[in-house]
Amino acid sequence: MHELSLCESLLQIMERSAVEQGYSRVKRVWLEIGALAGVEVEAMRFGFDVATRGSLAEGAGLEIIELPGEAWCMACAKKVPVRQRYDECPACGGCQLQVTGGDQMRIKELEVE
Amino acid sequence: MCTVCGCGEGEARIEAHDHHHHHHGDESPGSRLVRIEQDILAKNNEYAAANRRHFSERGIHCLNLVSSPGSGKTALLIRTLNDLKGEFALGVIEGDQQTSLDADRIRETGVPAIQINTGKGCHLDGHRVGHALESLKPERGSLLFIENVGNLVCPAAFDLGEAHKVVILSVTEGEDKPIKYPDMFHAADLMLLNKIDLLPHLDFDRERCIDYARRVNPRIKVIQTSARTGEGMADWYQWLRASRQMALAGHPVLAGEG
Ligand SMILES: Nc1nc2c(ncn2[C@@H]2O[C@H](COP(=O)(O)OP(=O)(O)OP(=O)(O)O)[C@@H](O)[C@H]2O)c(=O)[nH]1
Ligand SMILES: [Mg+2]
Ligand SMILES: [Zn+2]
Ligand SMILES: [Zn+2]
Repeated sequence: MHELSLCESLLQIMERSAVEQGYSRVKRVWLEIGALAGVEVEAMRFGFDVATRGSLAEGAGLEIIELPGEAWCMACAKKVPVRQRYDECPACGGCQLQVTGGDQMRIKELEVE
Repeated sequence: MCTVCGCGEGEARIEAHDHHHHHHGDESPGSRLVRIEQDILAKNNEYAAANRRHFSERGIHCLNLVSSPGSGKTALLIRTLNDLKGEFALGVIEGDQQTSLDADRIRETGVPAIQINTGKGCHLDGHRVGHALESLKPERGSLLFIENVGNLVCPAAFDLGEAHKVVILSVTEGEDKPIKYPDMFHAADLMLLNKIDLLPHLDFDRERCIDYARRVNPRIKVIQTSARTGEGMADWYQWLRASRQMALAGHPVLAGEG
């Protein structure tokens, strides 16, 4: 499962940060997930629980900030909202869209002790 | 106080472009906030960048082959290695969850191969490939193929340091695969539409499939192949030569090749 491996990467980032910043427990995690990142939020929550079991982040709260997909339409010469990568332009129906936002998956911040 | 936006406190409103997304009121005493601001895959990307440096220093042209299980990655590779081993130094990294069957099949061609077993992991990552390079030690100027784990989802997100991802889709799969797995077809530069020898027995709509792939990725190149009969393989080899020439333009390893 894709989300599980993402959560394993997330755990590695937290473990490294814990050493650098001197903390032993993560209580809450804020993630930014774009609509085009190919991530299922529910699967991410499940993967997080599995990946963090027995780790410094076991039981931590997961706050997911969902960001909308956004693309540049060549034909319309403007930014348009998109729900999926292969969407057509909602304005002109064309498909020359360049994704400009909403494909990120970032860890923003941790609450730790 | 929030280290990102400096807000004093806020209700938890988790929605787009809302900076006031934090619960602050219920932080227990002794806890603090640590700002990270990092791509979840940042660590993988660092390993991939190191691999890419390794390749560019040595003039190694690396391709990451991805597909669903059974689309013909190993069969295509074996045919390719046999046909090109007189022309290029070659090497193969094989990803598989459990077995070393594919690496064994590859080694029968005489081309050096190394197996990475990912266990429950459903994709290769930059770190594992870095270690495989230490053992395989691909030659300067070689063509290096990485056969990823059969999976159209995860490998799309994990950069290995390759020059190109090549996605293989066989005509025994649905023609709608490109729009069902858009991330993979978006990440690939070339699609090999494989097993075309089976077309007479199927009602696979080739044009539709290619159209779907272009919808997801207008720049994708498509070559139709049969690893069984060899049809289309010459076009794939031409693409390999051309992409290598482009990637290594000006590199000293090309100078010796006339
Ligand atoms: N008819 C036909 N069969 C093919 C072709 N390419 C591969 N096959 C067959 O398809 C099956 C799977 O091929 P593999 O090369 O093992 O596929 P793979 O993508 O490496 O599979 P995994 O490593 O398990 O993901 C084998 O039985 C191959 O002989 C082709 O072009 N035509
Ligand atoms: Mg294989
Ligand atoms: Zn438009
Ligand atoms: Zn995976």
